[in-house]
Amino acid sequence: MMMRKLKLELPLNQTQKVRFERAMERLKLLTSETNNSVIVADSIHEDALLLKGHGTSEVDGELLANVCGVIVHVDKLVYVRTLRAKYKPEVRDIVVGRVIEVFQSCWRVELNSNQDGVLKLSSMNMPDTVQRRKTSADELNMRDIFVEDDVVCAEVGCIHRDGGLELQASSHKYGKLEKGELLKVDPYLVNKSYHHFHYIESLGIDLILGRNGYIWVGEHVQVQDPLIVETRKEQSHTPLETRQNILRIGNAIRVLSNLGFTMTKEVIMETSNLSNKENIDLHDMLGSEFHVLVAENEAGRRR
Amino acid sequence: MEYVNPEGLRLDGRRFNEMRQIVAEVGVVSKADGSAVFEMGNTKVIAAVYGPREIQNKSLQKKNDHALVLCEYSMAQFSTGDRRRQKFDRRSTELSLVIRQTMEACILTELLPHSQIDIFLQVLQADGGTRSACINAATLALADAGIPMRDLAVSCSAGYLNSTPLLDLNYVEDSAGGADVTVGILPKLDKVTLLQMDAKLPMETFETVFALASEGCKAIAERIREVLQENTKQLEYRRAA
Repeated sequence: MMMRKLKLELPLNQTQKVRFERAMERLKLLTSETNNSVIVADSIHEDALLLKGHGTSEVDGELLANVCGVIVHVDKLVYVRTLRAKYKPEVRDIVVGRVIEVFQSCWRVELNSNQDGVLKLSSMNMPDTVQRRKTSADELNMRDIFVEDDVVCAEVGCIHRDGGLELQASSHKYGKLEKGELLKVDPYLVNKSYHHFHYIESLGIDLILGRNGYIWVGEHVQVQDPLIVETRKEQSHTPLETRQNILRIGNAIRVLSNLGFTMTKEVIMETSNLSNKENIDLHDMLGSEFHVLVAENEAGRRR
Repeated sequence: MEYVNPEGLRLDGRRFNEMRQIVAEVGVVSKADGSAVFEMGNTKVIAAVYGPREIQNKSLQKKNDHALVLCEYSMAQFSTGDRRRQKFDRRSTELSLVIRQTMEACILTELLPHSQIDIFLQVLQADGGTRSACINAATLALADAGIPMRDLAVSCSAGYLNSTPLLDLNYVEDSAGGADVTVGILPKLDKVTLLQMDAKLPMETFETVFALASEGCKAIAERIREVLQENTKQLEYRRAA
């Protein structure tokens, strides 16, 4: 589902092709003066004494890039920020992942990173909110919390020197995600921000922009006292309208991912509203016309 | 048989130092982390890179603090005129190994501990020089996957027929029985990572053939750089908000 082709693999008619190219051309013009992209083995010309960061190496006194990306300067530090690459974890990032294995006292979570994340039972908040030492009985009941293929939301707790990363979910906003869909986009399209959890009130859905490029769109769940949740456990069905809203947001994200545009809540909402305004059906959102419309909209927005 | 006519033209109309047309494209497999198609004349190779990701088979891991690079080369059943039966014969096993070693030399594996990188290569059309085409495709795919590399490994072949060194042999020239020298270099660092020859050549001749192949490599590197530059620029200006 992850898309990364630059050319749209959609049948565009002549008008759409011209419109799309014009929109892309405008985007190019808007950023042309700040485009300092490098590719592998490009030399980074710097006169001043610099600290070399990620994605660079010094060979015979010349600073070379090791990855394709964009040069970033932070004071004296110079590094190359990769575009298309696996997720590089940072402490306290909010991530969404899929449980792939249940171990003795931890879960292994797939995160689109170099290595799988580990979510320890001890850094997990229990349904009964009581902070206590986890017993062997808890270990036996681990499958009551998460089983394989569950989608979970957590925070990066710490990163070991060998690249292994530990997750933690010690708050009520983290945990299992149900009744929704998981979308996978390139991690560079999700920027770090103060808010990764969004509640879209008008549609009644939750949107979690995981920093690892996994985006969750699901029915809104009330974060409330877990004791109350315990009492009413009956299966409630998601209403049709909410499901359609989830799909609409999901398709908006797919279109943005196909076009390679940065995802923020605002852009996603704007794309979804655009589809409503133009009266585009859910299943037509992945068609050529809507892709062109979104590209044009983005070109207009950035101006 | 005459492989170079008196006017200095080869069977397909090229001069001795001329390469076939190169077409390269990045991002052709949507599921893969990095992918590329590389064409040299009628030779066409598709490469897909998965990873760096968690090691699937721990027993293959030799160095604990380095990434594990795995490579699989295969030829499509339809890649040649006559039907091929085995998928994994000795030739493809050998080629997998050669390509794996070449790519391992240019990937900075020490930066990616406890992870593995899978490179899958499939020859869609074979017309000589599949080895070189595979290395070039793999380089493009690795760069597309954002895997840190020392340099772009590029490869080109050259041969010696009718007392003439020839660049980039096609299938007919390759099967003529002359020497076939495949060279892989790191153009920026000016290092050789691959050198294979399947016949004997006098020392002086070898040097001219080798120099010709290196020149070819540099020309290919230029082309690959253009493709990657274009790709990176596009991604960046689309992303920038």
